[in-house]
Amino acid sequence: MARITLDNLAHSYLTYPRGPEDFALKELNHDWADGEAYALLGASGCGKSTLLNIISGLLIPSQGRVLFDGRDVTTAPTAERNIAQVFQFPVVYDTMTVRQNLAFPLKNRGMEAAEIARRVQKVAAMIDMEAQLDRKARGLTADAKQKISLGRGMVREDVNALLFDEPLTVIDPHMKWELRTQLKKLHHDFGHTMIYVTHDQTEALTFADKVVVMHDGRVVQIGTPQDLFERPAHTFVGYFIGSPGMNLFDATLDATSNGRHARIGDATVDLTQPYAATGRVQVGVRPEFIRLAAGGDGIPAQITRIEDVGRHKIVRLHAAGRDISALIGEGEAIPADTDRITFAPQGVNVYADDWRVAPGGESR
Amino acid sequence: MNKTVNQKAWFLILPVLILVAFSAVIPLMTVVNYAVQDTFGNNEFFWAGLSWFEDMLQSDRMWDALGRQLLFSAIILAIEVPLGILVALNMPKKGFWASFCLVVMSLPLLIPWNVVGTIWQIFGRVDIGLLGHTLAALGFDYNYTQDTFDAWVTVIVMDVWHWTSLVALLAYAGLRSIPDAYYQAAKIDQASRWAVFRYIELPKMAGVLMIAILLRFMDSFMIYTEPFVLTGGGPGNATTFLSIDLVKMALGQFDLGPAAAFSLMYFLVIMAISWVFYTVMTTLDKRDGI
Repeated sequence: MARITLDNLAHSYLTYPRGPEDFALKELNHDWADGEAYALLGASGCGKSTLLNIISGLLIPSQGRVLFDGRDVTTAPTAERNIAQVFQFPVVYDTMTVRQNLAFPLKNRGMEAAEIARRVQKVAAMIDMEAQLDRKARGLTADAKQKISLGRGMVREDVNALLFDEPLTVIDPHMKWELRTQLKKLHHDFGHTMIYVTHDQTEALTFADKVVVMHDGRVVQIGTPQDLFERPAHTFVGYFIGSPGMNLFDATLDATSNGRHARIGDATVDLTQPYAATGRVQVGVRPEFIRLAAGGDGIPAQITRIEDVGRHKIVRLHAAGRDISALIGEGEAIPADTDRITFAPQGVNVYADDWRVAPGGESR
Repeated sequence: MNKTVNQKAWFLILPVLILVAFSAVIPLMTVVNYAVQDTFGNNEFFWAGLSWFEDMLQSDRMWDALGRQLLFSAIILAIEVPLGILVALNMPKKGFWASFCLVVMSLPLLIPWNVVGTIWQIFGRVDIGLLGHTLAALGFDYNYTQDTFDAWVTVIVMDVWHWTSLVALLAYAGLRSIPDAYYQAAKIDQASRWAVFRYIELPKMAGVLMIAILLRFMDSFMIYTEPFVLTGGGPGNATTFLSIDLVKMALGQFDLGPAAAFSLMYFLVIMAISWVFYTVMTTLDKRDGI
């Protein structure tokens, strides 16, 4: 296992990139701590697979370095990096048995038979496939095949990191949950450094200790699932994570109150703390922190639709010239004369040019 | 609800029935008809029973031709399949040169059999052929019209030249269908080049290779035009394969009865061998691949 350091890393698929827009991966510095589980989350084409391929050595970055425990491996071939990767589609050696599949990486490294047998047995127990060891791999289900590819990585006990490239894409929904739970347990028991690429926020938030959110070739936030929910550092994080995503209102900070208030349309909102920001200012509030009210202060709003999704209801409203959503609990009543919305103070974030502004004035 | 019985539905399969009857069943039956009759001319036929079949089974001529035929098919399969795979593995994966290779590889497949025979017939001639003359100039005693070994080599090289492309193109299609992830996983597992071929490429190509082998076997087993044009079955009977022998018998000697019996047995042999091939390969494929 190893700490993986990305030093000034950037990549362009063009030979002569002319500007930042030519980079699939924009400049990035990051440490992946040893033994942590990370999720790399982002929409398709945001550069997350590029980043993963650079770490696994399938791609050589156009600038910067990749370090494993301080050792420069930027141009080292995949085999030398001692990593394991689970791909989007199950990759197993069809004609081999499960046992031969698991033994294959060790056999290629010239390990002696007794040791191979011991480790294969151990890994089979870890991935819960002892009963199928002597079956041909080709007849197995997609989830069993994914477990084999995972096992092929873990059978090398000194593996530096386990990389996952949207590994649950082809798995049946009911098996997804089970595999993810198993993966989490394996991480807990054996403490491998894991990097898990996905575009599914549920997968990312349930799997990882830290979620790395990528947008347009850039890492926009690295944080715990709670950070991402409560303090999205970028408006993209706000609306990409959460269901439905964060509501954003164009606003102007009120200079007379030191930026304690913001004007949204004709209404004034109390931000409770002072903010200073330049550029395009927006106020972001998650649907969970929007309260419905009748009369009094707040932003005028009309309810357009109510969706009951079981545990809670999603209320769609029209306010300040845009469509927004609010979440209210299953048991809560929706006042028939709702014509205002207000914000719960702990759920208000202020953004300037899409980046979050910390209260107290200092910009991020 | 009761199903209404409507026998008129049978008319729907009538067109197919007629088509198959005229294209396959009736011609085949005329052959069966000749196989059980004898004639002394004047269009008078009389019943001969199975005697032509017995005659043919006892004739050295047919067994020799069958032996040559099997040897020929075995040799060209043993050369064309591995060679085709080797070519496919070394073809460029994409870009201009990939298209270029594909076109060049397809060229031999587009040349009519007759022309292929003629090309090699001239190519191999010692007096004016590039190949024959060059070999002679280098001191080789090469002459495909007189030497049995030379004739065989020429016929085989000609077939390899004509048909290896087919195997290569099919194998190439099989190779192209393998997702990159397999190669990446193999790199991570530190698999050797041989292991990549043995455990990834070969199993993924198994399906198309089976088709290639089957096609090449059937085609080579029925080969007629190219060796006929090149060697005419000679020297002596050295390259007289089943089809050539059959045509000699049916059209050269006008022995309709024996030729009909011969062709029926020929047909059954091809069917039987193809069936065995197919069964063995599909069960292999199902059980554990190749």
